[in-house]
Amino acid sequence: MNTITVQVSRGSEKHSEFQTFEVPEQENQTVLDLVTYIQEYIDPTLSYRFACRVGMCGSCGMMVNGEPRWTCRTHVKKVLGSSKTIEVGPLKNLPVIKDLVVDMDTFFDKWIAVGGVHHPSKNRHQSIEKISELSAERMSANEAVECINCGVCYASCDVVSANSDYFGPAALNRAWSLVNDVKTKNKDSILEAVSGNAGCHNCHSQQNCSNYCPNELNPSASIASLKRTVFASKINNLFGNSK
Amino acid sequence: MISAKLFILQRLTALIMAPLVLGHLALMIYAVQGGLSASEILGRTQGSVFWAIFYALFVFAVAIHAAIGVRTVLFEWLKIRGSVLELLSWSLGLALLVMGLYSVYAVTA
Amino acid sequence: MISYSLAPHRRNLLWSAFLIHRLSGLCLALFLPLHFWVLSRALHDPAALEGFLKWTDLWYVKLGEYLLVFLLGAHFFGGLRLMAFEALPWSNRQKTFAALAFALSFISATLFLFSAVQYG
Repeated sequence: MNTITVQVSRGSEKHSEFQTFEVPEQENQTVLDLVTYIQEYIDPTLSYRFACRVGMCGSCGMMVNGEPRWTCRTHVKKVLGSSKTIEVGPLKNLPVIKDLVVDMDTFFDKWIAVGGVHHPSKNRHQSIEKISELSAERMSANEAVECINCGVCYASCDVVSANSDYFGPAALNRAWSLVNDVKTKNKDSILEAVSGNAGCHNCHSQQNCSNYCPNELNPSASIASLKRTVFASKINNLFGNSK
Repeated sequence: MISAKLFILQRLTALIMAPLVLGHLALMIYAVQGGLSASEILGRTQGSVFWAIFYALFVFAVAIHAAIGVRTVLFEWLKIRGSVLELLSWSLGLALLVMGLYSVYAVTA
Repeated sequence: MISYSLAPHRRNLLWSAFLIHRLSGLCLALFLPLHFWVLSRALHDPAALEGFLKWTDLWYVKLGEYLLVFLLGAHFFGGLRLMAFEALPWSNRQKTFAALAFALSFISATLFLFSAVQYG
């Protein structure tokens, strides 16, 4: 039987090293299948995360051959070179708890720091805002709204690697979708949050986030839009908001 | 770490410099023909209000622009933080401004 | 921490564009004090300025100047591309624009070199 050599990162934030496993090759197989096989049949102490296995939950993000991916939606054939070796590690830019499991706290804290929690503009006694699906704002929000917080873009971002305070693509993408949401109250507070020292202006437009987003979102475009909006509002304020 | 204020300054100085760089590039390509000489350069610039303003503006913009850019590199690549970062970037900006304005004075006065 | 290995996510034209922009900017910032110092010789020691400019006629110094013009062009055209990216709506031709910026800086530097050697 043919096997695939899988090198899996083991350990914690303090110390980790790659451990090699041989996993039987199958006709159809995802990287998540490899990891699951190892955990079920070779070493039950291997820690990793997954839930839905069909690309909906966003919990199985890992580095595969150095690139952040949803392992459930990554076919082995796609990433297996002629060496028949695959390297699997925890998502970059986040502290490792154990093996392939990272601590997502900072990722979600930043999501909240940009004002990512819904700020309702109406209370439950008022009728729901009617939003035209064809309005320009709704169309812009649509483009950014499908994020499921998997952290793949965050792991691909060199600016986060260089500057751990930086909010990163996912949180800023969320901020941009809220700026376009007519149901959001006090959008200025979001623009204020994203223009702080950890904000959108740190982005170097390398666009890894957009290249790697498994949902094919474009955080890079969202961040550019945030920069544009903040620029305009600051210049506007400078000249006393006069029209 | 870059604040919105520095970011905007960085873009505004870039916008100011855009036509100046284009002019500088064209001038370099023109002036290098037949080799450079001090008399040729000074003949063009000495007593010229136009070149004095052109290059003084250029120096102002580039001192700010370079200081902010290098600040980001110091922060990201050399992990310099806090008051050391402020000191280094301000010093660079001031040094470029003083040296630059002095050289503009030297060739246009 | 500077990572020297070209990780997979950096095998990306726009990442290279970022690196070129950063390195060209750094080199220009380091070159400027020298540039200013040489020009200020005009006031104190015009003969030294003349001597320095003669020195730039050497072919390898010209090559250095060619590199400097290229760096200026790369930072200029690359910077224009960045500002356009930030100021205008999204375009799917990001890589084309980056390649164009690179080509334009190459062309302007080569124009400089041509006019230097043609009459040099």
